[in-house]
Amino acid sequence: MLGGGILHGLAVTAKNFVGSFTDPERLVTLGYPEERAPAKENARQFPFLVFDGADPQAGLRCVACQICEKECPPQCILIVKSKTKKPDHLGKPQFFPATFDIDLSVCMSCQICVEVCPFDAIKMDQEFELATNDRFEGLLRHRDQLARPNAHFQKLHPTDAAAIDARRAEELAKAAAAATAAAAAPRKPAPESPPAA
Amino acid sequence: MDAPDQIFVLLKHAVVSWFPTPVQPWISAVLSIGAILAVYPMIFALTTVIERKALGRIQNRPGPNRVGPAGFLQFAADGIKSLTKEDIVPRAADSVVHFLAPLVVVVPPLLALAVLPVGRNMVALDLPETGLLFFLMVGTAVELGVFMAGWSSHNKYSLLGAMRAIAQLLSYELPLLLSTVSVVMLTGSLSLNAIIGHQSEVHAGVLLGWNVFTPWGAAGAVLFFIAALAEANRSPFDLPEAESEIVAGYFTEYSGFKFALFFLGEYLGLFAVSGLGITLFLGGWLPPLTVLSWVPSWLWFFGKLAVLMGIFIWLRGTLPRLRMDQLMRFAWQFLLPMSLINLLVAALWQYSTPWPHLLRWLPAAILFGIPYLLYHRAFLRQHPPRTYRYAS
Amino acid sequence: MNPAAAPRTFEVRPSPDAADPVHDGSLLEVSLGPQHPSTHGVFRMDVVLDGETVVKLKPVFGYLHRNHEKIAENTSYLGSMPYTDRLDYFCSLTSNWAYALTVERLAGLQVPERAEYLRVITAELTRLQNHAAVCGFLLQDMGALGTPLMYAFRERERILDLFESLTGARMMCNYMRFGGCRCDTPPGWLEQARSVVTGFGAFLDEFEALLSSNEILLGRTQGIGILPRELAINAGISGPMARASGVAYDIRKVDRYGIYDQFEFRVPLGDHGDVFDRYMIRALEMRESLRILGAALQRIPAGPVIDPKAKLRGFRPKPGESYGRIESPKGELGFYLISDGGPNPWRYRIRPPSFINLTILEDLCLGRSVADAVVILGSVDIVLGEVDR
Repeated sequence: MLGGGILHGLAVTAKNFVGSFTDPERLVTLGYPEERAPAKENARQFPFLVFDGADPQAGLRCVACQICEKECPPQCILIVKSKTKKPDHLGKPQFFPATFDIDLSVCMSCQICVEVCPFDAIKMDQEFELATNDRFEGLLRHRDQLARPNAHFQKLHPTDAAAIDARRAEELAKAAAAATAAAAAPRKPAPESPPAA
Repeated sequence: MDAPDQIFVLLKHAVVSWFPTPVQPWISAVLSIGAILAVYPMIFALTTVIERKALGRIQNRPGPNRVGPAGFLQFAADGIKSLTKEDIVPRAADSVVHFLAPLVVVVPPLLALAVLPVGRNMVALDLPETGLLFFLMVGTAVELGVFMAGWSSHNKYSLLGAMRAIAQLLSYELPLLLSTVSVVMLTGSLSLNAIIGHQSEVHAGVLLGWNVFTPWGAAGAVLFFIAALAEANRSPFDLPEAESEIVAGYFTEYSGFKFALFFLGEYLGLFAVSGLGITLFLGGWLPPLTVLSWVPSWLWFFGKLAVLMGIFIWLRGTLPRLRMDQLMRFAWQFLLPMSLINLLVAALWQYSTPWPHLLRWLPAAILFGIPYLLYHRAFLRQHPPRTYRYAS
Repeated sequence: MNPAAAPRTFEVRPSPDAADPVHDGSLLEVSLGPQHPSTHGVFRMDVVLDGETVVKLKPVFGYLHRNHEKIAENTSYLGSMPYTDRLDYFCSLTSNWAYALTVERLAGLQVPERAEYLRVITAELTRLQNHAAVCGFLLQDMGALGTPLMYAFRERERILDLFESLTGARMMCNYMRFGGCRCDTPPGWLEQARSVVTGFGAFLDEFEALLSSNEILLGRTQGIGILPRELAINAGISGPMARASGVAYDIRKVDRYGIYDQFEFRVPLGDHGDVFDRYMIRALEMRESLRILGAALQRIPAGPVIDPKAKLRGFRPKPGESYGRIESPKGELGFYLISDGGPNPWRYRIRPPSFINLTILEDLCLGRSVADAVVILGSVDIVLGEVDR
């Protein structure tokens, strides 16, 4: 009947009005700063650099290969390779980034740097409350600000981190085995002891 | 026993009696004006919060919940914000008219509210001869303010909004008037107090004779409140300020407190016209049943007002907006004929007093039922039910 | 503010053309947008009004132009993938798919079956959330004060949560890769998706009860903005808009790209081509999507999600050209690529459905009122990211 559609609609809104008090499925909003949605493991915001051990300098996984810099679609990464080398977790001497800057105002969180990194050195953080008064310097992250311990990565992305840690431990074991073999045949000097993974 | 019912009246008398006799009428007037200026804007403030919260709940979100307990002080934050915002007057605007328009929108509803009886012996200005006439006359003045705002802003959206507002308000004035006429016919008085008094006769021992319990009263109330929604620019008749079409309509170019004044005026108008509807059809400050007469009369009035506001909020949260031509067609082709039929029904009701009660409803059922069926058929012809096919 | 300093008179500029009715005052020219509550972004309609009747309407766009195609010609193939998210930011996964499909054709990559299923699932979820949101926006444009929109967003939220836990982002998913998808589903994702799909049916029922039989809605949408079948075909209209005009054209059926030939679904068609048909076609399409999703979520096989031959870095397809198109929620979304064997596409061109569907806006709006023009624009379903690129 004429007017019936309007009454139908009124019934639906009445149901929702009541439902938003009684049914948590309907009232889906969260009171944001106090309540937060649980973080999802895959969620990504901005990249950070992973380091092993306690010292962000010594343990930084990045070897300044500059692949991410090249592949970054909006070109928000700036890397300057070091002049000297430092040993990586296997004890091999590697370059390290003298400068590693990410401009968060340019970064679009696409995760391509993470995908192309062969050293598992750059990963996605989940921090998103980055508001600042200074949109230039305040959003430009330097190497030391970007460096986060492996524990942080393990906390954010446990599945990923476990797989990577297992692989690195395997590499390390292989390297150690190779070192023992090399020590048994004393021709080359043994590599110095690696930092803990 | 009458103490809670008459508390405000007694209080006023006590205050007035402190003053010497010559100034007593003035003091009395000042107190009444003060009460109106304090109570209705306060209700407006609360209504805005409740409306936003209720709309939020209808839309499955909590609504404002930060300022004060459960967000109920939101109106204070809004008020402070609108007071501290920059008042922008467009360079091309007619600044005098632009300044006056919000005032012209706010004052008439306040004047109209003065004649509404909100409780037993509680009416600021009792006009025994012309109460209803005064109300309707003053209420019409809002249109002037709306047009002033739209015209003086020198903005195309404002102009479109003002054009829409004038067409809409004038068209809906007529069904509004005609639906009140039936009440006047049967009461035989323009005094709002007399109209309430006429509804106080008791039927079947318990039920009071509100006009809405009669066929012409029920139909009149529906027609009246539809027209009232349109007069108050409420959804689904909020075309003059249709946000998705003409930004904010006639008050596009207003900011700060003038903008807030438009809102105040709009809500005061809504209160006034709802109050009139309560007085005419819903028994004013009368309780529905005699056993409930211990509840103070003013509580009945404001309770009914609250229920009406709730219904208006509910409608606003549900319905889409009409288009201008549909709006006009609705006024002239549906509301106007129906309110004319209502006059006939009221007359039949008056002259069928000796008939048995159920038989008296019959003419009304026929007189409203047939046009309703015709409208229904016309609508179905225009909008037949559709089915959809699928590609093979 | 010094009121004395401000000139109080408003200059009426002399008309350049005395016969121009806009300048002699009998017609009113209003610029709706680019900042307007219901132009769906930074879109502008230059309308000339006679009273409230539209006598001329010029769609003006380009306010959101980001040079996407030229940038893509200077970026690696992979580097354009996140930019495709930003084309139609409501449906990033279908944009991803269209681009991935084109590159796969160019490079001759195979997609594993599980990845095909994941693509179908994410694309149909995208269609659901896009159509729900569009219907909500359409009713919002009609003045329903956000209630239908909020209901649509409530359901869209659940789908976006699924996207976030699968791809890492709610809107800018960047999920498809050449030769498959970036990652497999996290544990429990498929069950979660199943429950969302089940709940969506109830939402659709409620949504239709809310307004589909509402007399005001019928009056506002039926017979408004009629797009005749011939015009739809001649103007190259695609997607729900063409189907509402009775054009049986759904690329999922025409091309059967991916694995759409393995699913049972119907293509709803409208007979009137007005706003109401466009609205109802979307509602019906959502129900068909639910069928596809139900089957896909049940049958999805185990296996790898990306072709192991696909290279992430140093991807250089052999010289050639390819055109790939899919049925995005808005219509036919096509990518045209020419490779010269280098790391970047030599030519990169998009056929955006919103843009082409928008070109006939004036034909739909002439003779209708401003209120109708806004509703018609809402029924076209545009996203300015895709229109302006």
